[in-house]
Amino acid sequence: MPPENEFPLQSLTAARVVVVAGKGGVGKTTVTAVIARAASDAGQRVLVVELDGKPTLAELLPDLEVLAISAPEALDEYLREHGFARIAKRLNRTGVIDVVGTAAPGIDDIVVLGKIKQLERSGDYDLIVVDGPAAGHAITFLTSAAGLADAVSSGPVRAQADEVLELLHDPERCQVVLVTLPETTPVNEVVETAFALEDVVGVQLGPVVVNGVDLGDPLPDEASARRAVADLEPAIAAALTDAAAFRRSRRAMEAGEIARLAAELPIPKVTLPALAAAGLTSSDIAELAATLGADA
Amino acid sequence: MTVQDVSDPQPSKPGAGDVIDASTVIVCCGSGGVGKTTTAAVLGLEAARRGRRAVVVTIDPARRLADALGLEGGLASEPQRIELGSRVDSTGDGELWAMMLDTAATFDGLVRRHADSDEQIERILTNPFYRNIAGALSGTQEYMAAETLHELHGDERFDLVIVDTPPSRNALDFLEAPGVLARFLDHRLFRLLMLPTRGGLRVIGIATQPLLKAIGKVVGSDVLADSVAFFQAFAGMETGFRERADDVVQLIRAPETSFVVVASPRRDTIDEAVWFATQLVDQGVGVTAVIVNRAHPEFGDGTSAEAADAAIAASADGDEDLVGLWDNVAALRTIRDLELDVIAPLTAIVGGDRLVVLPLLDGDVHDLDGLLVMAGHLFDHPVVDG
Repeated sequence: MPPENEFPLQSLTAARVVVVAGKGGVGKTTVTAVIARAASDAGQRVLVVELDGKPTLAELLPDLEVLAISAPEALDEYLREHGFARIAKRLNRTGVIDVVGTAAPGIDDIVVLGKIKQLERSGDYDLIVVDGPAAGHAITFLTSAAGLADAVSSGPVRAQADEVLELLHDPERCQVVLVTLPETTPVNEVVETAFALEDVVGVQLGPVVVNGVDLGDPLPDEASARRAVADLEPAIAAALTDAAAFRRSRRAMEAGEIARLAAELPIPKVTLPALAAAGLTSSDIAELAATLGADA
Repeated sequence: MTVQDVSDPQPSKPGAGDVIDASTVIVCCGSGGVGKTTTAAVLGLEAARRGRRAVVVTIDPARRLADALGLEGGLASEPQRIELGSRVDSTGDGELWAMMLDTAATFDGLVRRHADSDEQIERILTNPFYRNIAGALSGTQEYMAAETLHELHGDERFDLVIVDTPPSRNALDFLEAPGVLARFLDHRLFRLLMLPTRGGLRVIGIATQPLLKAIGKVVGSDVLADSVAFFQAFAGMETGFRERADDVVQLIRAPETSFVVVASPRRDTIDEAVWFATQLVDQGVGVTAVIVNRAHPEFGDGTSAEAADAAIAASADGDEDLVGLWDNVAALRTIRDLELDVIAPLTAIVGGDRLVVLPLLDGDVHDLDGLLVMAGHLFDHPVVDG
């Protein structure tokens, strides 16, 4: 199945900050790496941001700048830069920072998004690709600013929340790229998340990336397969026809889910092929990035 | 042979069957997206087949279990009996129930249990800071999952509780969550706040405590006032909470509680499963079974290279259909080999007899029949036709 958009890279990187989001296991980190790779190969100055403290992105993109942002560090830095150095020190030393985060939930997310906003404003990068937060957390991550603005009426955190909201509401500055797999549950979830993000956060949605699609060579149909194995030993013939039936059945399921996604979520889709691998390497990422039309 | 394979003719898979027969509690852990919820449902279904009265608690806010069980409209926060019908050949004793964890309602229940008066309950439940703890404090979800597990364990309707843990990087989050919350409630801020309030001088307390003043500047004074009010309202309940947390931890560590680590055959999730398993072993809890979902099935006996050679031979004969068939087998065998390589380190930790590899099915698992097919692979019984 060909991608719907002839130049998917362009639409995937239409905003300066691209937050890649999706449930666990759909390949969120892979897609983050692929977008960053493709944009960098196309000559853009790219920063990759990761939030979960794992080394994966740095390994997949050895020559790109990968920045890990953690909430406690971002809060500390923010307070220091805004004349609250003494408070920052006390909060850290007493461990009260947990309580602060609980008192104003979302403060962790706000300071992280605030840091991203600061990097975007710096003008040092054409594109900042953010490997969004872990499973299920994307909506709370992105709604934190609105929630906090409601709960906190004044102070530096409130000011930060307001600036983050501006970023999220500006489609030229920020968009969310949702990732899914061509399977029932991931498709259900991406449709739900897409509507929730548009309704609750009001953030621009970029194309949805359908990851891990079987785009292998066509297989002979059932009748041709049976003819082709007619002279073989029964066990070998069975292995060949069973394998073909398995693959055809998976492909039919994938095609059905992709069609359902198209019907239920009327926004552009970008398809990434499944690679024969049990874990991707930097050369796999480059191979996938090339399919986005970076070299076109 | 290090990895026990589904197509292996050996009938015994002690890991899977023993987990159900020897347990009153099964905790499924693993990273997100590996089929943990589906696995919990399969274990529940198999338990019902074996005559157990099983309840499956799912935590994932998505409707995964609801999907897997073919339930419309999602699951309720009270256990619902699943109609198994004739598809499950049970003696009539087995039952399967399912429910969704409701973190906030579970926490409310704990407050009601430990509070001294209706007035105290009211003050806590309406406090905005409390609502934030119930919804957002890290570890709360894990703790409430453990609390729900404890509650259901004591419920006579059930003799097996299967819990699907929150997606977490750390298996110990679940083990330690009850203690973490007890510590939070015993926090130094709490003690700090109690002093000035003895005289009922809450506002003066905030204004005169330099640390509180500082926090107020950062998060705003309304938020701080709410948190102070919460800690005041909570006074006297810490001991009850801590004792309950101890009970819950004891249940999690009981010998009849089994831990099942779930993974998919990809390097990142296997790395995490290895990490989970190591932590559980180090903590003396142990891993009862490891289930690796969605491995590519095996087709025929040969290697990938042999299939590729056969494709070349067929090509020389000009038989394009046969070339396509052999190429397909070669590709599927290549992926399967890569997957088995990735799984190997896990086998080294938990032992091959505790590790079951389940095949990627040729369709999506989203109904009882799909779960039965998986149960058939996991427990070696013939797949029952609808």
